[in-house]
Amino acid sequence: MDYASLIQILDSTFRLSTPLLFACLAGLYSERAGIFDIGLEGKMLVAAFAAACGAVLTGEAWLGLLFGLGASLLFAGIHGLASITFRGNQLISGVAINFFASGLTVVLGASWFGLGGQTPALQGAARLEPTPLLDLFGLDDAGPLVKLVLGHGILVYVALLCVPLTWWLLYRTRFGLRLRAVGENPAAVDTAGVSVTGLRYGAVMITGVLCGLAGAYMSLGLSAGFLKEMTAGRGYIALAALIFAKWKPVPALYACLLFGFLDAISIRYQNIDIGVFVIPVQFTQALPYILTVIILAGFVGKAIPPRAGGEPYVKER
Amino acid sequence: MTKLPRWADVVLVPLICLVIAFSGVLIAAIGQSPLQAISIMISGSLGSTYAWGHTLYYATNFIFTGLAVSIAFQASLFNIGGEGQATLGGLGVALAMVFIPWGHWVFALFGTMVFSMVLGGAWALIPAWLQAKRGSHIVITTMMFNFIAYALMNYLLVNILRPTGSMDPATARFDASLNLPKLGEMLTAIGLPFSTKTPANIMFPIAILLAVGVWALLWHTRLGYAIRAFGKQERAAVYAGIDPVKITLYALVLSGALSGLMAVNAVHGQAHRLVLNSVEGAGFIGIAVALMGRNHPFGIVLASVLFGFLYQGGAQLALGTSIPREVITVLQALVILFTGALPYMVQRPLEKLFARGPK
Repeated sequence: MDYASLIQILDSTFRLSTPLLFACLAGLYSERAGIFDIGLEGKMLVAAFAAACGAVLTGEAWLGLLFGLGASLLFAGIHGLASITFRGNQLISGVAINFFASGLTVVLGASWFGLGGQTPALQGAARLEPTPLLDLFGLDDAGPLVKLVLGHGILVYVALLCVPLTWWLLYRTRFGLRLRAVGENPAAVDTAGVSVTGLRYGAVMITGVLCGLAGAYMSLGLSAGFLKEMTAGRGYIALAALIFAKWKPVPALYACLLFGFLDAISIRYQNIDIGVFVIPVQFTQALPYILTVIILAGFVGKAIPPRAGGEPYVKER
Repeated sequence: MTKLPRWADVVLVPLICLVIAFSGVLIAAIGQSPLQAISIMISGSLGSTYAWGHTLYYATNFIFTGLAVSIAFQASLFNIGGEGQATLGGLGVALAMVFIPWGHWVFALFGTMVFSMVLGGAWALIPAWLQAKRGSHIVITTMMFNFIAYALMNYLLVNILRPTGSMDPATARFDASLNLPKLGEMLTAIGLPFSTKTPANIMFPIAILLAVGVWALLWHTRLGYAIRAFGKQERAAVYAGIDPVKITLYALVLSGALSGLMAVNAVHGQAHRLVLNSVEGAGFIGIAVALMGRNHPFGIVLASVLFGFLYQGGAQLALGTSIPREVITVLQALVILFTGALPYMVQRPLEKLFARGPK
């Protein structure tokens, strides 16, 4: 592998890791508060669709982003309603949300745009600027290394900034302490006079915002418009990354970069010949899942989820 | 709290109304006529024996995957890996058909059933073992195994099972003399005229028999009792001497084997070769079917026929109008949401209503 292709792979690693990172942190807030969320994929998908629709409608990428956030928040609200207010099964609700998004985006997209489920291609201001920092500093003909660091869309940096922000919020604020407590022992939080329902709804809404950013970045930044099933399992990879990172923000960054790197490799190279034998591309694609199963199995450090995860909280009577 | 009367406990009635009303609104919202849509769906999936043949073919797939999900549900285990287990079941069918000369379709059917059950069960065994012994969450591991199965199948079909010279990632066609008898041929032979051009085959009656078998297993055997007891109250079951590791393994391996059998219908019965996505989401529909059928084999058969109707009707809808067949995915999501995640939303107001009524 030569220098130029290494830079290229790292460059796409950053871009491909961004939606993973948003979605992974989204899952982190929810699951730390005791709400399992396997509906990350569905929220990303509906956000990607709504963002692209908004951008087509208004011609402004930032307005499209707002549309995406709105749709994702709506779906997060459904999940909150099902798993907090109505004390339903959180996993089943997540499955339902994924199907709902996958069907609804195609049905609406096909009838609005008549392109078999995709939106028209976005151009100009309807897309997020690809290299705002390079334009700002006038570095258009800088070297590849500078471009690797500064040559990404704003949302890439927002995602990276979300990592220390999440860490600070989770471990250094009162809200974070309560959020973690509500995922471990909601009864204790309730006894202390803090609303379990309120905290959990708060967490689910943060999840909605972050999934919205993940989806919007996919349709407005990574590609130009919405394609049917465009999230292609990234919500599940984000979930895998969350487990891989043992529900902690900084390891989540590493896990997402690793999985994004694997994605970048499998897009660029088909089969990798390492001399002794050939690694098929399918193996690289399946590696995030295999690694997660190994971590889950506890062979390499144990991944222990928040203790109250998945259980609806019932006040004592 | 007052208990609901038996008939109202079956919340399916209000639920179905709700779901149908919502999809009607959706179809109207995209500028199509809901009435026309429903009439196309009914005539396309129930209007002739040809239509019924397709509906029952899909229903057969869903009976297998629905039973698979429900047997794990009975043990309080949520197996969402039906998709992956059925994929592996398909691999089993293909291996049996490509490499072994069976001679007669009866032997071939026996062979593909055994192979698909073994591989489907084995694909569930690893997550089951991890759940029972290492405490890894079954939902996450089975989900990961779906993706691993897809990658594995992709690799095998592209690199190994594909016949030389073919560009298509699929196995060669199976020996046509080993094709399963079609439902139409069987019914016509006993004097009932039924279209023979449909994919419904002998696996439909086998699926019905299997549903009876699962019912007998769950409610009339020691193992079934242990599975249900384990699902209702794990600690009480363990106290009563039921081995949690064994029950987890049994329930999930049975579940995987049932998912695997779905491939006999789809791969041996219909496609006659193994293609990349032979399962086509039936593993996930099994979740909706199991929830809607209230985890009872009888309910699952009914729910499967309903989903078979939706599936075939959805395909007809996509052919006859500009409504895409993904409308069915939306319906499926609503069924899962309202039966699985929001049962209290429908139940509680009903309970209140009955609590207030005359005593």
